[in-house]
Amino acid sequence: MSEAAARTARKPRPKYLSLQALLFEIRLPVTGWISILHRISGALLFVALLWLLWMLDLSLASEAGFEKIKHYAHLVPVKLSLLVLVWASCHHFCAGIRYLFIDMDKGVDKETAVLTSWIVFGASFAFTALLGWKLW
Amino acid sequence: MSTHRIVTGAHYGLRDWLAQRITAVIMAVYAVIVVAGLLGSTPFNYEIWLGIFSHTWMRVATLLFVASLAWHAWVGVRDILMDYIKPDGLRLGLQVATLLVIAGYVAWAIQILWR
Repeated sequence: MSEAAARTARKPRPKYLSLQALLFEIRLPVTGWISILHRISGALLFVALLWLLWMLDLSLASEAGFEKIKHYAHLVPVKLSLLVLVWASCHHFCAGIRYLFIDMDKGVDKETAVLTSWIVFGASFAFTALLGWKLW
Repeated sequence: MSTHRIVTGAHYGLRDWLAQRITAVIMAVYAVIVVAGLLGSTPFNYEIWLGIFSHTWMRVATLLFVASLAWHAWVGVRDILMDYIKPDGLRLGLQVATLLVIAGYVAWAIQILWR
């Protein structure tokens, strides 16, 4: 057995991905964070659509409904939930544009991909802050 | 080896991939215009809110957004289900449930827009 083969054989192999491994042991690069958050934000927005449509429906149905939603949206838990959804929209939007460029073979090399990932994080937080400030 | 590769499969992979991107661009354009318009329209009250959705072009544009969202979300949610849900029966059940939810969202949106 060669030296390299012996080293490989001694190395313990992970059998499965435990929750602990997923949460604490695997360090995702920034590009990986953009990717998984793109997926999570998309899924979140899909589920939240039920709530958002309900608010749109009520707010357009009557003036009383509009005032009710306006009051409802100012409750702190509702406000915070809406802010999370605003962030999810901004992240999904910015990361999505980055993926469109990557699909066209722009920014595929590692340095650019890392840089654009940070730009996506920065831009989505800036948009969230701007919209959050404008809305409340 | 021949340069003419025999490609097999149902061929819906590329179509869905492309559709997800085209619908994304449609939604992005709508979102930027509507958000910019809303941020510009102060003071904001019920009359203005109702007025925005009373124009036929706005209703049609919003319906295009909803249709894009439906297709885009279907491809996205199906991708997630294919990645994480391994038992075939459960995955099929969840995919059917997803389609029903999307159909419900679209119907509700149409009902809201053309009240």
